[in-house]
Amino acid sequence: MPAPHKHHLLSVLVENKAGVLTRVAGLFARRGFNIHSLAVAPTEDERLSRITMVVDVESAPLEQMIKQLDKLINIIEIDELAPGKAVARELLLVTVRADPQIRGQVIELIRIFDGRIVNVGHDSIMVSLEGAPDKLEDFENLLRPYGIVAIQRTGRIALPRIPSEVAEDTPPIRAVS
Amino acid sequence: MNMKPGTKTDGGKALIKSLELEGVDVMFGLPGGAILPVYDPIIDSPIRHILVRHEQGAGHMAEGFAHATGRPGVAMVTSGPAATNIVTPLCDAYMDSVPMVVITGQVPYAAIGTDAFQECDTTGITLPVTKHNFLISDPQDIPRVIREAFHIATTGRPGPVLVDVPKDIVDPKNPRSAMEWYWPDSVDLPGYKPLTHGDPNEIKKAAQLIVESRRPVIYAGGGILKARAADALRELADLTGIHVVTTLMARSAFDDTHPLALGMPGMHGNYTAVTSMQESDLLIALGSRFDDRVTGKVPAFAPHAKIIHVDIDPAELGKVRKPDAGIAGDCRLVIEELIRALHDIGAPQSQPDRSEWKAQISGWQEKYPLTYQQSEPGELLKPQFVLEQLRDNTPDDTILVSGVGQHQMWASQYWNFKHPYTWVNSGGLGTMGFSVPAAIGAKVGRPDRMVWAVDGDGCFQMTAQELVTAASERIPIKVAILNNAYLGMVRQWQEMFYEERYSEVYLSPDLPDYKMWAESMGCVGFRVESPEEVLPTIEKANSIDDRPVVIDFRTDSREKVYPMVPAGLSNDDIVVDPAHGEGGR
Ligand SMILES: Cc1ncc(C[n+]2csc(CCOP(=O)(O)OP(=O)(O)O)c2C)c(N)n1
Ligand SMILES: [Mg+2]
Repeated sequence: MPAPHKHHLLSVLVENKAGVLTRVAGLFARRGFNIHSLAVAPTEDERLSRITMVVDVESAPLEQMIKQLDKLINIIEIDELAPGKAVARELLLVTVRADPQIRGQVIELIRIFDGRIVNVGHDSIMVSLEGAPDKLEDFENLLRPYGIVAIQRTGRIALPRIPSEVAEDTPPIRAVS
Repeated sequence: MNMKPGTKTDGGKALIKSLELEGVDVMFGLPGGAILPVYDPIIDSPIRHILVRHEQGAGHMAEGFAHATGRPGVAMVTSGPAATNIVTPLCDAYMDSVPMVVITGQVPYAAIGTDAFQECDTTGITLPVTKHNFLISDPQDIPRVIREAFHIATTGRPGPVLVDVPKDIVDPKNPRSAMEWYWPDSVDLPGYKPLTHGDPNEIKKAAQLIVESRRPVIYAGGGILKARAADALRELADLTGIHVVTTLMARSAFDDTHPLALGMPGMHGNYTAVTSMQESDLLIALGSRFDDRVTGKVPAFAPHAKIIHVDIDPAELGKVRKPDAGIAGDCRLVIEELIRALHDIGAPQSQPDRSEWKAQISGWQEKYPLTYQQSEPGELLKPQFVLEQLRDNTPDDTILVSGVGQHQMWASQYWNFKHPYTWVNSGGLGTMGFSVPAAIGAKVGRPDRMVWAVDGDGCFQMTAQELVTAASERIPIKVAILNNAYLGMVRQWQEMFYEERYSEVYLSPDLPDYKMWAESMGCVGFRVESPEEVLPTIEKANSIDDRPVVIDFRTDSREKVYPMVPAGLSNDDIVVDPAHGEGGR
């Protein structure tokens, strides 16, 4: 596992056009940058997609990475989401051994983490867990001794936090009538 | 061809019409199956099409045209093998920031992905070597995409743009090609906003650094030429009295006969250019990118220098060396702004006394000029001698185009460039075979100028067939082959760093027979073996203006390019010509 300070979360707004992801991935490959995780989906505006990626760099190359990304014609905007300034989520699906003798312990763990059992077999169960990356990490570590059969995590998705104080010039939110 | 908005037409005609409206008056290309429908409307178009013999030639011609004129070069080729043939020029143009638009044919849209005949993933292959590329799927998009392609190629940091066009959308026999003509009056690219003016605070900071510096050097790069900033550069140098080095890509951006000109720095730069950068306390990098061929070992490069870095591409600032003042913007505008900022703080009077530095520079110039030993009677020609003769017996505004290798370095070292845009070469990619087609493109763009290609025997053999194009199109370029019978630059490295173990570098002086080959291609051919024949033959070549000329100069293969900073070493380890004594310093 790379040291956490090398991870940066980028939120990249791109034109929703064929081949844009190839351009981003190609740029990273060509310039020797590392993508740790990636999530892509259209936004509220169908002409745009948002790519959320966790990249793996020291801070000086990060600046270079952002500037090179910015040169891609189809990229509209790049934001680095600082850890305290964004809400980040991942989703994890895991199939874990749960023989009848230990099933109780496993289910207890799942309950503590607010996971959901989505599939049950004779000696294993599948759990879905959504949450901040740290929480998923902890859950995975605690499950490991029981025997993980298969695991899949999504790339991270994130949005900037809503400012806690309403700025003076921000109009009050009105209910839609 | 006059077309009103709304006129029903087809994608092929719309494509040619769009090129006309972009101001294209010449294009280089070669037709084939997928692009056939676009070749038909060329017959009725005022655009001059130059039929090349190999698609690589079309690409380099477009580049040569762009280098010489500042206008985007245009090439058009078919799909598959033609598209792959033009990948080298695309990469070359990408590395050297040359504005170029390449149009490639593609199999019909519905056939894409089926391994159809002559299908290749052209946008995929060219993605890393273009500034941007497009695959058009709807003929209605053609005028918009062509506008966008030219806009992207020519603004910001210029570069090549490729437009891939499936056959069905340009073929009038196919209903899928139907479109209604329009011409967009602007481009809408929300993710593309090239910078122009620099940050005023950084410019002030830069001006302050300049007036505090005792040993400044202007490190001018190819961006000066791209930004049409040669006049601004000269004004800055004259105002501040600061010496100027011009990188391989910036040759001709600053008059070499100006007293402040230091010539070329880098691996084969002259001693003074290299050493003044090493010893300087302030490098004013203008449109240059701290390329490894200039810096040598980066941590040892100009260790005491503060850095002002001006570039239109923000990603260049800090990529190699962190600037003390980093200004992203157009070189011409920023230099003009910098000149104003300097005036505001009392320059030039407010600058410190730099006489010691100037004395040091002229001392180096005196001690380590470029030198070579003249040939003894009966020996082969010295390549440097040939270049001096050519330099001194051609008009000042001659456009010099070079290949890649020893001859390129000598050409850059020995020429005295007096006017911008008189030097055309392949710097970043170092593409052998560049010079003949690029010279053709330059001559097409500047028919009023004399155009000389200085080529190596190895390079010449890679693209010489384009002389057939030149002869049949009556494009009277002149080619000086510095024929040392070797892949000379590689030979030099094998001599110096591989214990003279020459592996696969010998070519032969007379296989092929260059004179006969030139003649068979419709050129005038000469062979020159002795120093006395050099000048008269150059004069004969200069007098021929109705077809290309090729001179086979038989040069001494033992000659090496000096000075040299061996790869990976510090610029302080520069090796000068052994003729200077001191064991080659
Ligand atoms: C397409 C290509 N292949 C190989 C090289 C490597 N290379 C650089 S210089 C050179 C020798 C060029 O020989 P020649 O044209 O005879 O020039 P000379 O160095 O002898 O002046 C070679 C092989 C290159 N730059 N480009
Ligand atoms: Mg040679």
